[in-house]
Amino acid sequence: MGLTKSSTGKNACDRFLDIKTGDITVALMGNPNVGKSTLFNYLTGMRQHTGNWPGKTVTGASGNCTYKNKEITFVDLPGCYSLLSHSPEEEVARDFVVSGEADVTVVVCDATALERNLILVLQTQQITKKLIVCVNLIDEAEKKGIKIDKEKLEKELGAPVITTAARSGKGVNNLLDKIVKAKETAENENTPLSGEEIEETVNRAAQIADACVRFKNTNLIERDRKIDKILTGRPAYAVMLLMLLGIFWLTIAGANSVSGALSGALFKTEEWLNLALIQINTPDFLRELVVFGGYRMLVWVVSVMLPPMAIFFPLFTILEDLGYLPRVAFNLDKCFKRCGACGKQALTMCMGFGCNAAGVVGARIIDSPRERLIAIITNSLVPCNGRFPALISVITVFIVGGVFMPSVVLTGAITLGIVMTFLASKFLSRTFLKGETSSFVLELPPYRRPQIGKVIVRSVFDRTLFVLGRAVATAIPAGLLLWLLANINIGDTSLFACFCQSLEPLGNVMGLDGVILAAFILGFTANETVIPIMLMGYISGTVLTDGVSLAQLRDVLVLNGWNIVTAVNMIVFFLFHWPCATTMLTIYKETKSAKWTALSFALPTVIGVFICIAVNLLCNLLA
Amino acid sequence: MRRLSELAVDESGVISYIDTKNRLRRRLYDLGLVPGTKVFCVAKSPLGDPKAFLVRGAVISLRCEDSEDIILE
Repeated sequence: MGLTKSSTGKNACDRFLDIKTGDITVALMGNPNVGKSTLFNYLTGMRQHTGNWPGKTVTGASGNCTYKNKEITFVDLPGCYSLLSHSPEEEVARDFVVSGEADVTVVVCDATALERNLILVLQTQQITKKLIVCVNLIDEAEKKGIKIDKEKLEKELGAPVITTAARSGKGVNNLLDKIVKAKETAENENTPLSGEEIEETVNRAAQIADACVRFKNTNLIERDRKIDKILTGRPAYAVMLLMLLGIFWLTIAGANSVSGALSGALFKTEEWLNLALIQINTPDFLRELVVFGGYRMLVWVVSVMLPPMAIFFPLFTILEDLGYLPRVAFNLDKCFKRCGACGKQALTMCMGFGCNAAGVVGARIIDSPRERLIAIITNSLVPCNGRFPALISVITVFIVGGVFMPSVVLTGAITLGIVMTFLASKFLSRTFLKGETSSFVLELPPYRRPQIGKVIVRSVFDRTLFVLGRAVATAIPAGLLLWLLANINIGDTSLFACFCQSLEPLGNVMGLDGVILAAFILGFTANETVIPIMLMGYISGTVLTDGVSLAQLRDVLVLNGWNIVTAVNMIVFFLFHWPCATTMLTIYKETKSAKWTALSFALPTVIGVFICIAVNLLCNLLA
Repeated sequence: MRRLSELAVDESGVISYIDTKNRLRRRLYDLGLVPGTKVFCVAKSPLGDPKAFLVRGAVISLRCEDSEDIILE
């Protein structure tokens, strides 16, 4: 159900191997996208990233649950098709099962494609005896008219079979019963994978499925094909653009309507806070530091960022749960191929819209090391959620035309980011990362109806508040630091002013100014803080007493010499500049190479500086 | 001799053999694409490549340069 706190930021690439072992350790394995993480979340109450596309879980996680006085540790493994593994995340799964660390292995299967899933079950049976087959998504199978003869399947496989619907929790207690029982009874022996030909295994899986699965009607499969005709057929690219436009329209329209009220309320609180501090005789210096430094920064961040995020996240998550993302990869694969990259890069790019660090780790789903590096280095060319709200506020302030025109411009900006991803990938595969394109094999999952209520609750509470929390956590110290920098003087000018002045020449060449560049540099820790720092720079020393509406934001900017060219360059530089500190750290962890980390820093920065200078020159010539 | 890549949308065929020895063959076998498997072409990307095939209840997308190594009966 979208990116979560534990799947982004600095947590994105943490390994799962720090397992707190309880009485029973259970490995959850299975093909990609069969609902392992959904089951895991249900069992442990944790919030792993879930969504309807193969390859979300690339690192694995562990969590505990207590059942009948037994502490059961579950390990959520990345999905794999076979024990004879290929990609790094599949190796994680295989190694864990082979190591014998798990007391019980639960192979989770997709009831709607049982035949293919049984291949992995049969392979796993060759290496471990303590195995439970969990046929998940049974509710979906029933809807599709697929009937599974559980008793017969148990007999054919010689292993316990449980049917579950992890989204609603149906059958989960049966599974827990079987786990406890399996631990007590079966002997734990791991045997090496026998040399049985995969062909034999596949054919045996087909025979078993033939005997145990009945198809009653195919209406829903037909339905999927009809949706595919629209989403992957001739109109696919138009549909993609319209969908982006629609999402942005809703985001901007919604954000506009609540942002003003929110900041008004928060600024009222500032007055109270100020008065309260005066009442208790706080020293003036401290009071101003807290109110005009820390608190004001907080208000900016909350009122500018919260509304667009609270609307954008759920909308994006709904698309993800629906199963649209793999279709985007399917549609764009040929473009990526022409650029010497892999179509799965579309998936990591989409994750990048949420968090670039998560996108970088997600690149593990790409088998070829060369193509994986391309995906990692180009990931920050699409704006993450730390940059979205800032982009939205700059666009809504400077682009007139109600809600529609800003949405068009934002869609254009995102499209520019995507186009730049292609160009940069092509550049990399012609220069630093030469090589042949590898193959592209991707499963397109069935469309699933998103659980809209749950999506909204989860995205707001888990995702939005988390990102906001991080923004606030970095914004308050930044606000305090900035207030100090702006109020400590060397001679006549403040430290902050000195810093800005030194950047002024470069800023002017790029059609920006020193304050903006200073804000970008200080915002290295988190992109969320760039706009607030910039505003603090502009209004330092002055006191704004009432709420910050978008009109006032515009006034502040225009007063400081902004025009449409500044706004355009600001948008460009927001799209293309160095990745944030967390992303850089993640890139280093994932590539273990200072060279590629440096290139990931340089590439977007050079692109951004170059485009800004070009735009500025062009506008000066025309003017 | 017909190749999987030549299958048009809504056409079906049966795999005869896979004419490649590299890593991809393993991957295809793991996905259940072995000789004798029925395949049905369900979709084609807007640029014609890749195509998506229904194999053993799941939809798998393959680039044409890969699927042309899969020979149908």
